[in-house]
Amino acid sequence: MTTTAPSHDADALVPAGRGSAQIADLARTVTGAATLDDASLRRYLHGLPGVDKVGADGRAAQLGTRSIKTTAKAWGLDLAIRMIDLTTLEGADTPGKVRALAAKARQPVPGDPTCPPVAAVCVYNDMVGVAKEAVAGTGIKVAAVSTAFPSGRASSAVRLLDTADAVAAGADEIDMVIDRGAFLSGRYAKVYEDIVATREACHAGGRDAHLKVILETGELVTYDNVRRASWLAMLAGADFIKTSTGKVAPAATLPVTVVMLEAVRDFRRDTGVQVGVKPAGGIKTAKDALKYLVAVNEVAGEDWLDPDWFRFGASSLLNDVLLQREKMRTGWYSGPDYVTVD
Amino acid sequence: MPSFEYAPAPESRAVVDIASSYGLFIDGEFTEPVDGSTFKTVNPATEEVLAEVSEAGQADIDRAVAAARRAHTEVWGPMPGRERAKYLFRIARLLAERSREFAVLETLDNGKPIRESRDVDVPTAAAHFFYYAGWADKLDHAGYGPNPRPHGVAAQVIPWNFPLLMLAWKIAPALAAGNTVVLKPAETTPLSALLFADLLLQADLPPGVVNIVTGARETGSMLVTHRGVDKIAFTGSTAVGKRIARELAGTRKHATLELGGKAANIVFDDAPVDQAIEGIVNGIYFNQGQVCCAGSRLLVQESVAEEVVERLKSRLGTLRLGDPMDKNTDVGAINSPQQLERITRLADAGTAEGATRWTAACEIPATGYWFAPTVFTDVSAAHQIAREEIFGPVLSVMTFRTPQEAVAKANNTPYGLSAGVWTEKGSRILWMADQLRAGVVWANTFNRFDPTSPFGGYKESGHGREGGRHGLAPYLIEGAH
Repeated sequence: MTTTAPSHDADALVPAGRGSAQIADLARTVTGAATLDDASLRRYLHGLPGVDKVGADGRAAQLGTRSIKTTAKAWGLDLAIRMIDLTTLEGADTPGKVRALAAKARQPVPGDPTCPPVAAVCVYNDMVGVAKEAVAGTGIKVAAVSTAFPSGRASSAVRLLDTADAVAAGADEIDMVIDRGAFLSGRYAKVYEDIVATREACHAGGRDAHLKVILETGELVTYDNVRRASWLAMLAGADFIKTSTGKVAPAATLPVTVVMLEAVRDFRRDTGVQVGVKPAGGIKTAKDALKYLVAVNEVAGEDWLDPDWFRFGASSLLNDVLLQREKMRTGWYSGPDYVTVD
Repeated sequence: MPSFEYAPAPESRAVVDIASSYGLFIDGEFTEPVDGSTFKTVNPATEEVLAEVSEAGQADIDRAVAAARRAHTEVWGPMPGRERAKYLFRIARLLAERSREFAVLETLDNGKPIRESRDVDVPTAAAHFFYYAGWADKLDHAGYGPNPRPHGVAAQVIPWNFPLLMLAWKIAPALAAGNTVVLKPAETTPLSALLFADLLLQADLPPGVVNIVTGARETGSMLVTHRGVDKIAFTGSTAVGKRIARELAGTRKHATLELGGKAANIVFDDAPVDQAIEGIVNGIYFNQGQVCCAGSRLLVQESVAEEVVERLKSRLGTLRLGDPMDKNTDVGAINSPQQLERITRLADAGTAEGATRWTAACEIPATGYWFAPTVFTDVSAAHQIAREEIFGPVLSVMTFRTPQEAVAKANNTPYGLSAGVWTEKGSRILWMADQLRAGVVWANTFNRFDPTSPFGGYKESGHGREGGRHGLAPYLIEGAH
């Protein structure tokens, strides 16, 4: 804890707009470094409090024992639906597949207007146009995975072009990947600058695409790395920090998400800036989703219990939530033939 | 009104049958007490009477000790270790099978949250029986010489804070070593021991090997002073422990005493802060702080004290106090009005002596015995709340500047049961563990119990060890080489 960011006067730090200059100012104030290079970022990130793995796992397990029943469950299931980024990221994706996904996003249960729509559909770059058209007028966002997703192993120029392309096609949200190789070799400034540049691409031409920064925690491995990468992404101006691409195992886990929720909570305490969290990949059941919502509620706080601040990156999760939702309304489990295949 | 309001999730009390009255379990059957006196046990969360329980008098203690003696001489003593092990394994399996029943009963009688009785008390109790079952046929190799012998009849007196778990800590090693047992549960929490007697019948344990006599302090005193008893094991307050030690002076009896504590939970400035906060919470608010090894003194490095206390308070805001049977309850009821009175009195003394009191904002139920999680800052070493064992959810926060000062302050207590160290520096953990005069030193965790790990105190926290290979020693007489 020695070099934890000092408790600042939060109001003074909230930038009027979150432009690149303000973000850099904020990062310099938080880190106390005049220039943001590998050495200064390393000093700051490695001065963050450590994470004890056994304790973090234990805390997540304990949160997972909360018993969410009846009214709380009904409320939680509907919130979970509203938080889903309904995702298809396959080489075999076609416009037809994306349109079907978008239709489900708009109306998850055919003929049931009480079921809320999901938050967004998440697709590869070339499907952004199709997806935009399919959700037009619904308020559902279109998210595009970007920056040479999932590995990120491309030149900065190509990664930025990838983002610019998605933004030009109308993407509301950009899910970028960090350069894990750079992070693991201590080139923190490279990761930082990548995020800053991608954020600028999100705002090019007067656009305002939200930036989600994928840490790929399955490749960062340690919780200390997860905490450091979370802070690095937030310092660089991430609107959301996201666990995983879904292409690497393990993807999202509850303890990793808890560590990231602690990071956004502390970041807001120190800077006044609220950042969202998106666990993605591997969350398949309604029961799991409720555990994540409990963690959001008890770790970050209820301010994050909103699709603006918490998302699930998922595909099969939605059907399980719908089955549970139906069970709560009728008392009976229907079955996989009673929810739509997407 | 919070947006995510957890709906009530009560565990069903229908899973356990509570009789309206209970006899004494002597020589393999429930019998009426000779003098017929009874007392009531209540649910501390509702003040509802759960059952009438017999109060054992001298004649009953005589019968119980005689039954234990006969069982030791005729059955349990001569029985090969591998046969004793079969019974212990059977008891362990039955405890695991009937865990829900035991958890519900423990919560009703004690007031602790069902989450804790379900996730800690009952599984750890079963684990103790499994563990010592494994030792029963290996005593020759336990490091106590060839053919170590049991003492004979063990008198065991246990407290109300972990009724079933303390029963397991006492009975499992005693039986594994070949002793027979007369056990007295605490007067406010006798029911899980009586249900355990029912489990022993189910396990077909030979009559007299375990006898359970209920009663209050006088019953306990009759038991430990009984001339037919060879070995005493007591867990409870230091005051009663001292009295027992005086009563035993000059007799042939061996005693294990597991008494009070005033543990220091020491947080350095390089600690993993989020886990340290959890450790502080688990250290002093687990089981409403009614834990002899509770981390009741938080020693935090001055440079981070403010931040740690601020984080702790915001974490305490998420603790849920209320119906112990609700699966989402974190803080249950205080076990008895007497204990509530003691906690209230000591906390008030803290205020009167000038410490700054902070209490978590939570609604206190209208009936039952409750005390909201409380933190005292600006505590000096001279304050009563920094010296005396409160045995409740009350934390005293003090600061230190250097590791040497932390050690000096941590050791500055008549107790020496446990301590916690929070730091990312491994070498400091080892140095601290070496310096701290406490039986258990937890590093980057707190209040964790495992059957393989010995537990016990220094100084006025008692002597003798329970758990692990060390936990066999009090129940064995070393064999000659």
